[in-house]
Amino acid sequence: MEQKNWNLLDEALGLHNNDNAKPWPLCGRFVLVEDCVDTSAAFVLHHILKRSFSSHPSSAVLLLAFSHPFSHYDRVLRKLGCNLTAQRDNGRLFFLPMLMFQCPGEGKPNHDGLASVFEQIERVITVLHQDKKSISIIIDDISFLEVAANGSSDDVLNLMHYCHTLTSEYGCAFIALDHKDIYLNGDRTAVILEMEYLAEILVKAEPLATGLAKDVHGQLMVLNKETQHQHGITAIKSYNFHFKIKETGIECFYPGTKIQ
Amino acid sequence: MATTKARVSSFSRNVSTVTSQNPGLKHGPNGTMLLSSGIPDLDKILGGGFPLGSLVMVMEDEEAPHHMLLLRNFMSQGLVQKQPLLYASASKDPKRFLGTLPSPASPKGDKSSDLSHEKDIRIAWQYKKYFGEPQLNLNTNGSQQDYCNDFDLRKPLDRHFYSGNNVDCVSIKDSPNLSVLQDRCAGFLAKLSRNEGNISSAGRIAIQSFCSPQCKYSNEPSLYELGHSLPACRSYLAILVESQTLIPSLKGMVQSSNAVVVVTFPPSLLSPSCSLRLQHMADTLLSVRAIPDEDKELAKLLTGYQDMIGLINIHKAARLNTQVPVILEATTFSIKLHKRRFLVLECLNQAPVDGSSGSSYGTSGGCSGSSKVGTLDF
Repeated sequence: MEQKNWNLLDEALGLHNNDNAKPWPLCGRFVLVEDCVDTSAAFVLHHILKRSFSSHPSSAVLLLAFSHPFSHYDRVLRKLGCNLTAQRDNGRLFFLPMLMFQCPGEGKPNHDGLASVFEQIERVITVLHQDKKSISIIIDDISFLEVAANGSSDDVLNLMHYCHTLTSEYGCAFIALDHKDIYLNGDRTAVILEMEYLAEILVKAEPLATGLAKDVHGQLMVLNKETQHQHGITAIKSYNFHFKIKETGIECFYPGTKIQ
Repeated sequence: MATTKARVSSFSRNVSTVTSQNPGLKHGPNGTMLLSSGIPDLDKILGGGFPLGSLVMVMEDEEAPHHMLLLRNFMSQGLVQKQPLLYASASKDPKRFLGTLPSPASPKGDKSSDLSHEKDIRIAWQYKKYFGEPQLNLNTNGSQQDYCNDFDLRKPLDRHFYSGNNVDCVSIKDSPNLSVLQDRCAGFLAKLSRNEGNISSAGRIAIQSFCSPQCKYSNEPSLYELGHSLPACRSYLAILVESQTLIPSLKGMVQSSNAVVVVTFPPSLLSPSCSLRLQHMADTLLSVRAIPDEDKELAKLLTGYQDMIGLINIHKAARLNTQVPVILEATTFSIKLHKRRFLVLECLNQAPVDGSSGSSYGTSGGCSGSSKVGTLDF
């Protein structure tokens, strides 16, 4: 395996210790990424996407894109050194464009809509699983999913639970992005609370308390709940660091240690 | 800022700023095409303009119509460039909006050319002061006039601009739900769908005062008519379902077409989470605010307070096809009317501390202790 430049985010997500049997360290884990209006955390998804393709030749990704068209991801990832079009043609990327997705039935919660989404996911997963591939499911992002489900948070939670079961059933990695600030004022907090509870790795992106800066774009807090600890105790590791987003990757550093 | 952006992305095409076939468009970074907002200063701040396929949200000040300034210039620019337009508002007669559009200033060889000349000097002087020299050379070639005009807010737009132009107007006041608007937008955008490499024209959609109380269902009791709690949550649901399904689908449609959608909405009339959802969906997020007439503290703090008519805040600048956020030099700008005609955005400048009136530094510093002692002595 070639030497890679691991950064703090890789370390926090546990991507750097690739020595155990798992081809893709996030296998069987649920990663929840949270952001707010001032600081978008979409770059975390791009980073995971890139790492998952480069981790192992048998890895595959299922991307449910609610917020951007394929061309956007393609251009972003190409600058990161990953050709999504080629991966899609190779059968390693399954891109589900959900931009125009809307559950039928105006104004009423509708189970069939999201059920069809899950069927689509499951169909892809079972095919991939037969090929012995390690699969990641990425959802960008959940707030759009909620709107598409006619505002029914129960349906969304059901879908999340089903996707979560896939992590244990097929050993998929499940990565989802959500906007935390939407829920902060007490409206429909069930979604975010349950997701945070389910998540094994929680990534929070926040702006700097001191405001925007040119060379520091924000701070990340990563909570890694390591479930399989040797003494049966769940240990929570937390990481705090600043980041700067570039076209070709991200730069992570501890506060105050950035060398120009 | 635009110059630095172009340098960062090595993948952006190195072509001339204005395309040959369409003067209203120019190439932006990351393979985007830009369209003018109708306010030259706003274009400069945002790095060239609004990228095609983006959704621009403007948060209104519910007490002042400053968002209309942005909308008028945006639409007027579209009319001057003969682009297809769609305007939707909650008023009964949305066509009336077209009568309020400003006219572009000083076509060549006019008698008012001396005025524009004088203005150029003034603007150049202003920018030298605020931005430093290298920012200006972006648009100094002659094609700038075609891409973005200065609009004279006191002169209505000439009739001949309307002729032969397809301007659609939709009223969303009396429609039972927003499907009418959605269908019109879909029809409008379908004509502008993006095919490779060939951009014949770009469209503009402006939706004014989205989600305001007037444009809810006609049979739905509005927030004002009934009490607080029950209608609030009913209308929250109604908004979530009705309007929030429109914006994502609008966003989805516009991403695959050559158009820019500008939506203004009053955030104070929505629940905070509802407004935050809309803010997340925006590619470019702006907010406008009026400033109170007699705010003594602000007047003391800022220079040129008397000329300001409001403040504009840039919360998010569009980042299509890139993951790098756009960090602006400043996010708050003052809206001023130059010669009571032209809309100008300027950086906020802190007023110099006036020596004669006793600076805060002097009074709060070493003097305070001694003066107190002095009063105690007597």
